[in-house]
Amino acid sequence: MAAPQYYDIVQAREGRDVLWRPKAEVRRSKCRCMNLPAVLWSFVGALPTSSQECNFGSSLRPGRHETRALVIPQDMESPTPPILHGPTSKEKKYDRQLRLWAASGQAALEESRLLLINSGPGVVGIETLKNLVLPGVGHFTILDSGIITEADLGVNFFLEEQHLGGYRAEHTCNLLKELNPDVQGDFITDHIESFLSNQLALKPYTLIMVTSPVKAEILAQISSHASTTGTPIFYIHCVGFYAQFSVHLSPSFPIVDTHPDPLSTQDLRLLTPWPSLLDLARRKTTGLEQMNEHDHGHVPYVLLLLHYLDLWKAEHDGQAPGNYKDKTAFRESVAKGARTNTPEGGEENYDEAVAAVLKSLNPPSLGSGVREVFEAAECQNLTTQSASFWIIAHAISTFHKTHSALPLPGSVPDMKAQSKDYIELQNTYKTKARHDIGEVTENVRAIEKQLGRTSQIEDSEIEAFCKGAAHIKLVRGRPFHIMMPGQMPAWGDRAKFAALSLTDPDSLVLLYIAFLAYDSFISSHTTGGLGSASVVPGENNTESDVEMMASMAYAITDDLIQQSGIAMSASEQTVAKGKIEQYVRELVRAGGSELHNISSLAGGLIAQEVIKVVTKQYVPVDNVCLFDGIMSKSSVLRL
Amino acid sequence: MTEEVMPDRTTGPESQQRWKYLDTILSRPGPFTDPDWEPGPPVRSALQSAKILCSCLYMIFIACIHTLILDRGAGGLGCEILKNLALSGFKDIHVIDMDTIDVSNLNRQFLFRQADVGKPKAEVAAKFVEKRVKGVKITPFCGKIQDKDEDYYLQFTMVVCGLDSVEARRWMNATLVGMVDENNPESMKPLIDGGTEGFKGQAKVIFPTMTSCIECQLDMNAPRAAVPLCTLATIPRQPQHCIEWAHIIAWEEERKGDSLDTDDPEHITWLYQKALKRAQEFNIPGVTYSMTQGVVKNIIPAIASTNAIVAASCCNEAFKIATNANPFLGFPGTNNYMMYTGDAGVYTYTFEHMKKDDCPVCGNLAKPLVVDPDSILQDFIDSLAERPEAQLKKPTIRSEEKSIYYQSPPALEQQTRPNLTKKLSELLTDGEEVAISDPAFAITFKFKLIFKS
Ligand SMILES: [Zn+2]
Repeated sequence: MAAPQYYDIVQAREGRDVLWRPKAEVRRSKCRCMNLPAVLWSFVGALPTSSQECNFGSSLRPGRHETRALVIPQDMESPTPPILHGPTSKEKKYDRQLRLWAASGQAALEESRLLLINSGPGVVGIETLKNLVLPGVGHFTILDSGIITEADLGVNFFLEEQHLGGYRAEHTCNLLKELNPDVQGDFITDHIESFLSNQLALKPYTLIMVTSPVKAEILAQISSHASTTGTPIFYIHCVGFYAQFSVHLSPSFPIVDTHPDPLSTQDLRLLTPWPSLLDLARRKTTGLEQMNEHDHGHVPYVLLLLHYLDLWKAEHDGQAPGNYKDKTAFRESVAKGARTNTPEGGEENYDEAVAAVLKSLNPPSLGSGVREVFEAAECQNLTTQSASFWIIAHAISTFHKTHSALPLPGSVPDMKAQSKDYIELQNTYKTKARHDIGEVTENVRAIEKQLGRTSQIEDSEIEAFCKGAAHIKLVRGRPFHIMMPGQMPAWGDRAKFAALSLTDPDSLVLLYIAFLAYDSFISSHTTGGLGSASVVPGENNTESDVEMMASMAYAITDDLIQQSGIAMSASEQTVAKGKIEQYVRELVRAGGSELHNISSLAGGLIAQEVIKVVTKQYVPVDNVCLFDGIMSKSSVLRL
Repeated sequence: MTEEVMPDRTTGPESQQRWKYLDTILSRPGPFTDPDWEPGPPVRSALQSAKILCSCLYMIFIACIHTLILDRGAGGLGCEILKNLALSGFKDIHVIDMDTIDVSNLNRQFLFRQADVGKPKAEVAAKFVEKRVKGVKITPFCGKIQDKDEDYYLQFTMVVCGLDSVEARRWMNATLVGMVDENNPESMKPLIDGGTEGFKGQAKVIFPTMTSCIECQLDMNAPRAAVPLCTLATIPRQPQHCIEWAHIIAWEEERKGDSLDTDDPEHITWLYQKALKRAQEFNIPGVTYSMTQGVVKNIIPAIASTNAIVAASCCNEAFKIATNANPFLGFPGTNNYMMYTGDAGVYTYTFEHMKKDDCPVCGNLAKPLVVDPDSILQDFIDSLAERPEAQLKKPTIRSEEKSIYYQSPPALEQQTRPNLTKKLSELLTDGEEVAISDPAFAITFKFKLIFKS
């Protein structure tokens, strides 16, 4: 089997190259353009030839975009700092992350109040907090009644020898706070039962993380808090070489700013151009054949495509190329227009046009994410209580009904062009985008009036929604499985998916079932007393624990197959159960131990997901994530 | 295997409990451990055996502590790797970093105090981790990896690399491949390498000469294409074009002699204003101070969580290789490379990257390079910097027959300079092998030039 190439993998997923780009460079050769400032010749290292031609493109490979050269980190929304003072100290401190989630994301992070309910060896939760304290989370609380033992010092970085015998919550909290003076942190050393006996105990927190082992009733209590208040909950396992976490989000968790790849967001509307775009194309391509070499080589490719589409339609009863065969033929007709008698033997703008045909000549279509939002009951039946997200969504669905298209995002990729032509093209798209936003805003204002809402939705919120409309995402959060003693998990509408995954070699659903059995084991060994420690598999007798946990895992599997109604052959079941037994053995082997590396890795994953949930940016895990530290693989499942 | 006698990790009955979690796993076989793997029998003797296992280990840890210290808000691979190795039970860790602590670091550095200014970062970080994790010995070296020779690298069991420069990784890789002596199995040092950018990262394990090396994987990381000067000089369209213009052209014209310090706010402000003015002339919107800084300093977005994930994955592999407690990445014929993306959910792709027979570092065959015989040598040299499979900036080129071009010494450079304007077909024949060296690398690359017809 041939090794997968980096490009296959990442481009397939994202359509671009990302990792380890060396420093952006400006090409210092090949440019013999006569109108370069004198200073440049010292870079070029050669004197200009007599040629009057600018042949700087000659070392470009065909179709290659010169401007991909500068894949610039996304700029912040934050206002430009005063010219003579530079960025504020906070902007300096968080510069690298602000380039990922901007000032708005940072503000959301700083407003959050996190609660970590820590238990077991208690490392994964602390490692998670480390990755949240560093980027500047607002406030964290550690609830942990544990006393620091020798074993803690061999696995937890945020404890020191002098703390032996002290409260783990107190000392981990203090050492974490040292990482970032801007972060507030405190701790609670009560037992979880007495802490939760106060009805309002969980109220102050905007997000809660719970680490295993934890008693099922406690988990159920926290989960019901999530269901009633919408507070996001993370439930975390980290045992030996394996880690797993489940995320319970509110049943309606929409994300506007999903940060799609810039290349996947290009929406040029070449098949449905509006009058001013058509007009621009006609003006700029008039006398194309007679243009001098310089002008001909600088007509922006978007306008070239519109020009050749006009010619094509004239010969095809006004129809644009629709199927693959027509598009290929159309591409040929564009390629024929390129001049080959140039110094570089071709024209870069034509190369760009040819490369864009297959991906740009598509009628506007509605992605499944947006469709789901439009079809949601919350979108269709607005009430006075509706969140602004749903009001805007409704307004945009009305827009879509009218125009059979979403509002134009308005961005144009860079392309070979003269500055002023490019700017004019850019403005044509921006003007149309602004016009569309205006129409959506009118819809929004009408709805607000109709609903009798007193406060107006911010223009900036409507604008952001319009720009990202094609990529908005709705996560339907759901509770995770809690293994009450003697009960089987209810798989509901996910039973079929879960059962089909049992035979999928890339899925880690079997490891998930092993973790369910792990919790089942804990439930069946729980003694009643206040603050009594949970007994975890492998703590004492490994072989009998393996037997017991494996039989629980098999029972869960059989029950799942039954709930799904899917027929699975005996041999398939035997294979699946064989793998489950291996996971069970490995979990029992750990005897509840955490390995620092796995805790640290899981802590990275969980912190990342917490940031996404808190900032409402990027796309969070929905709703179970597993990591296998033996195979170095992860799996995300909706269960 | 040479075993150095190390001080006992456990110094009293109390501290035998210290590594309880680690020892539990090391004292029990698992379903995936090799049948020949021998865990210590009862817990106490398992502790003993785990000790010996760790005490015979030498580790070198090379990290961009630089990043950690300059941008603690973002976290750094270096700190993570150091922490993880110490808590994996490794006892003898060496760390290389070339930076010293600057006054400007202090406001954000709890690790560093006023008294630390001027001290090597490696030294201060090492002390910090030694204080936190009792019994671990961390030996700092303040300098470049290139300052050390084979004899130095030969003493280690493994190299864990969290470098943020491609050149440094390639140097390290070439050195470790070059060190392998077939008659001495000890000369083969596994290289574990990790890198991050924003929500993306990778961790990979290399067994030099046995599995795909950094150089084999080079074409997976295409360099950025360059921006032609003409775009900057005559037809800017993007705010970034204006910033590069200010950076490369305006500065050189108006402040020649002033060396540009990208950490100096006055310099960045000057570039920002220049870029802004140029952008206004061309009606280009979007130039900001932050963007200016990003372009000029080539700032790669970074977050603590991705660093944690990649560093932990590297150290997990190091731990598995050292203890055999479970199968590790990089065993010949199995997966050796994990790619990670975290912006949409959590996604890993773990696969086997195949070793290349024509790898210029670890292969036996010269790597073919397709060239235009009518192009001049200067163009070929320029293209070497950009070609994903070469990425050589200052190449010196020899064929078996003659010297084609020498970057140095000056006498040779002068002698070979006239070749720069000659066509390749005048200098070489189709299919001829050339040896290309570059001051950034310790080895010579073998390429075979194929003439494009
Ligand atoms: Zn190689």
